[in-house]
Amino acid sequence: MAVFEVPVLSIKNLNKQYGPGCSQCKGGESAYLVKNYCQVCGTVYACRDVSFDVFPGEVLGIVGESGSGKSTLMQCLYFDQEVSAGEAYLADYENGMKNLFQESSQQQRYIRNHVMGKVYQNPILGLKMNFSSIGNIAENLIAAGSRDVGMMEGKGTALLNKVNIPVHRRKEAPKNFSGGMQQRVQIAKALSNNPPLLLLDEVTTGLDLSVQASVLDLIKNLQRELNISIVLVSHDLGVIRMLADRTLVMLEGKVIEQGLTDQILEDPQHPYTQQLVHSLL
Amino acid sequence: MNTAYNFAFFDEGSKREIRRATLKAIAIPGYQVPFASREMPIGRGWGTGGLQLTLSLIGRNDVLKVIDQGSDESVNAVNIKKLVCDTTGVETTEHTEEATLIQSRHRIPEVPLRKGQILVLQVPLPEPLRYYEPSESQTKKLHAEKEYSGAWLMLFEQIMKYGSMTTGADHPVLVNGRYVMAPSPIPRYDNPKMQQNDALILLGAGREKKVYAVPPYTKVVSLDFDDYHFQPESFEGKHCRLCGSTGVFLDELVDEAANKTVYQCNDTSYCLEKLNEVEKVGVN
Repeated sequence: MAVFEVPVLSIKNLNKQYGPGCSQCKGGESAYLVKNYCQVCGTVYACRDVSFDVFPGEVLGIVGESGSGKSTLMQCLYFDQEVSAGEAYLADYENGMKNLFQESSQQQRYIRNHVMGKVYQNPILGLKMNFSSIGNIAENLIAAGSRDVGMMEGKGTALLNKVNIPVHRRKEAPKNFSGGMQQRVQIAKALSNNPPLLLLDEVTTGLDLSVQASVLDLIKNLQRELNISIVLVSHDLGVIRMLADRTLVMLEGKVIEQGLTDQILEDPQHPYTQQLVHSLL
Repeated sequence: MNTAYNFAFFDEGSKREIRRATLKAIAIPGYQVPFASREMPIGRGWGTGGLQLTLSLIGRNDVLKVIDQGSDESVNAVNIKKLVCDTTGVETTEHTEEATLIQSRHRIPEVPLRKGQILVLQVPLPEPLRYYEPSESQTKKLHAEKEYSGAWLMLFEQIMKYGSMTTGADHPVLVNGRYVMAPSPIPRYDNPKMQQNDALILLGAGREKKVYAVPPYTKVVSLDFDDYHFQPESFEGKHCRLCGSTGVFLDELVDEAANKTVYQCNDTSYCLEKLNEVEKVGVN
């Protein structure tokens, strides 16, 4: 059992603020704060003391309204943004002994290329739109050190096959694809180096319902098949209910409630969560 | 020699600034050093980067050779030569062997460079990752982190599209195991000449305001894949129609009257030297 108790990813007291902060709002608790915005100095506290663990094979959902700090949190995890304070440990990197946020940018790039995959809400951020789909996947493989064209083509084709992109379109650029297809190419790209951890940021937002369903199906299948851990951000409770084992609710940069997804949805404790659950159509 | 200008056209301060950038470039092989590209009496994009390097380096005892796509007599080469000679009074030559300073557009001469020579190459686009990443601040970061997957990705795309690497010129190279560099649009054929070269190779981009260098005896490796190796252009079974040389970079010409394809040395001075050798034999 002990093996299962080691978290894949462990986040401790992650803070992210935009602005220097002032004597009135230091510490993040003050009468001058409107939500997470300081009226005196204009600082925004996007993430405040966020801590959580992700265990092997688990899907962790993060819900919250827009502006609650979900995406900022994901960007910090993928080093797209620098954190203001906090620690992160990955079991697959240096045995979970090194704080990822304090590694050099080269090392962070190594972690991005080898131990993590990310799917962005907007495919433009995750894909090179003018390069071929298979090239996009190869980009990750090259970054992880592969210099074998045959192997990369084979692996890229297999991955695109897995996400239901027709083989004859593999050399086409994602800019010619529909939104759902672009999203599936992104997923294939994120999976290319068999990362133990996958970050999904609002992957189905903006897709029509049938496409949404097929993308969700795909994620579910891949997760079962490859047993990867997933951190999944969404404001859509339906998506969270379908995929997440455990859920965090965020509001104004803070985690206000966490627990098993069923528990959160059936018996919400925090007023905001109650409102969120009850507004579900 | 025109004495209305300072020696070598530039004022001493300008020359010193360019030389300082050049020294830094030599100290960090393949790294693009920014420099304050001067206004020149020729337009940017016509060799101003190379010309500024030449002017900043030239001394009274130098012997200058200028080539443009292998030719000593093209308009561009002649005009650059005229400008330098007019403001310095140095001697010019067509023989690669005799020159101490060679400014070249898009070719490394056929005659191997020797110790002590300086080859200055004119560069239109110094950034090998530009097509992959349009932002300069991002490419700087990529160089700093030695993140060159973009360079290989561009070659991978060519293989996917055309079945082989199709860079006709400017095939990216890894210099001294650290920086990926655009060797200026020299044909692939000239890439291997950079490896462990005896001469100093300087590259100047006037419009992009960058100087970089390959010092003598530096490791220069053309990028390729394990299963798709770098291959220079092959001229097997072909020879120059004038001097009969083989194993040199040849231009392909179509003789429309005879409806035939013929080949000729791209390096005109090399071809001329070969022809003169043949004639000497005839005289004896």
